[in-house]
Amino acid sequence: MEITVKVNGADRSADIEPRMLLAHLIREEFGLTGTHVGCDTTSCGACTVLLDGRPIKSCTMFGVQADGREVTTVEGLFQDGQLHAIQAAFKEEHGLQCGFCTPGMMLTGSALLAENPSPSEDEVRWAISGNICRCTGYMNIVKAIQAAGRDLAADAETADAETADESVAS
Amino acid sequence: MLPSRFEYHRPDSLEEALQLLAEHGDEAKVLAGGQSLIPVMKLRLAAPAHLIDISRLGMDSIDEADGHLAIGALARHRDLERSDLLKARYPVMAAAAPQISDPIVRNLGTIGGSLCHADPAGDWGSVMLALQASVVLRSGRGEREMPISEFLEDTFTTALEPDEILTEVRVPQPAGSSGGTYLKMERKVGDFATVAAALHLSLSNGTIERAGIGLTAVGSKNLQATDAEASLAGAEPTEAAFAEAGRLAAEASSPVTDVRGSAEYKRHIVDVYVRRGLATALEKARAA
Repeated sequence: MEITVKVNGADRSADIEPRMLLAHLIREEFGLTGTHVGCDTTSCGACTVLLDGRPIKSCTMFGVQADGREVTTVEGLFQDGQLHAIQAAFKEEHGLQCGFCTPGMMLTGSALLAENPSPSEDEVRWAISGNICRCTGYMNIVKAIQAAGRDLAADAETADAETADESVAS
Repeated sequence: MLPSRFEYHRPDSLEEALQLLAEHGDEAKVLAGGQSLIPVMKLRLAAPAHLIDISRLGMDSIDEADGHLAIGALARHRDLERSDLLKARYPVMAAAAPQISDPIVRNLGTIGGSLCHADPAGDWGSVMLALQASVVLRSGRGEREMPISEFLEDTFTTALEPDEILTEVRVPQPAGSSGGTYLKMERKVGDFATVAAALHLSLSNGTIERAGIGLTAVGSKNLQATDAEASLAGAEPTEAAFAEAGRLAAEASSPVTDVRGSAEYKRHIVDVYVRRGLATALEKARAA
């Protein structure tokens, strides 16, 4: 079956069997191996991607279901040669150990911050409760997501200030 | 894990979906959120020749009308979790929604899919039993409404005919002062319930008008603790009455010993949750 999915902003087409899971479509057809397959049983969240902005487990959706929709993978967080704030924060706060759960953690974290820019520790833990870290490195994952929220808020303030300056200047 | 081959259909309307279902009947499965169906297909416990994807057909509204709350079958657990209407008026549902699976699964899983899957460890079945809800079933032959207690027949088995689609869940609007909650024990987020209980109470002049008690994961399907409900109808809402209801509910349950706990332990938790949940329901009903 011919399908077209907008992956990280660009339309990608493939001719796939309907039974191919979205995780395999992303990894094998689109060559984006940042999406990991962990448990393959809807439990661990390593395969998390954003579907139209919301985290979903790509091992529990068929590729054909994504036809005509937007998928963001971890590769899509990196834009214009810049790490996304959440990637920078995971680096800064040591939010990863083995790195296997990290793509899913960052995508779930970025979706949380899009809705709630300054989540409490409880809110972060609640949001990532469908993502399992086999190193059990949750402390720093939570810290990294909160730090990314603060960084995004600071960036927004700077941008607002610049806009305000421009409007004064004009 | 790779499911068996199937033909994929994505109809543009409910009518088209019903037509496809009439054509392929028991060779077909309806795909909504896929959070139960896809796992069982991957394990090859299900191997439908045709998959009819209804997930883009809308049918996800949550509104009060004609004396009941109408929930579209495709309402996601996420939508129900975030509904202000449920938080304000349907405390059993509001308590259950955030306890279903995990936040990522809730982004896709639907209430209709969950009910049709009829897993005895599923949460919505018990909630709907406690609330005396009904389901609307559509086919090319017409539409029928059925109480949830008749719809849920056995493990993974419902009264749904091969050519029917569940389109709506109807919950009676709360009358007078009522309250409720959903208590769930799970080993970790995302695991199936060890035991869970849905409790609903409506009061009339301080006495219990009706109690609704649904039990999760302690039988071959979601159980309605009818004896416990009957013991409370018309009674004063006392600690003793709640203790008796807990005892009767535990007696009515038939859990099995597994990795989540022994049958004896689970039966004890039913007793505790029913008593505790009724006390919470009473508090909420008095505050309502």
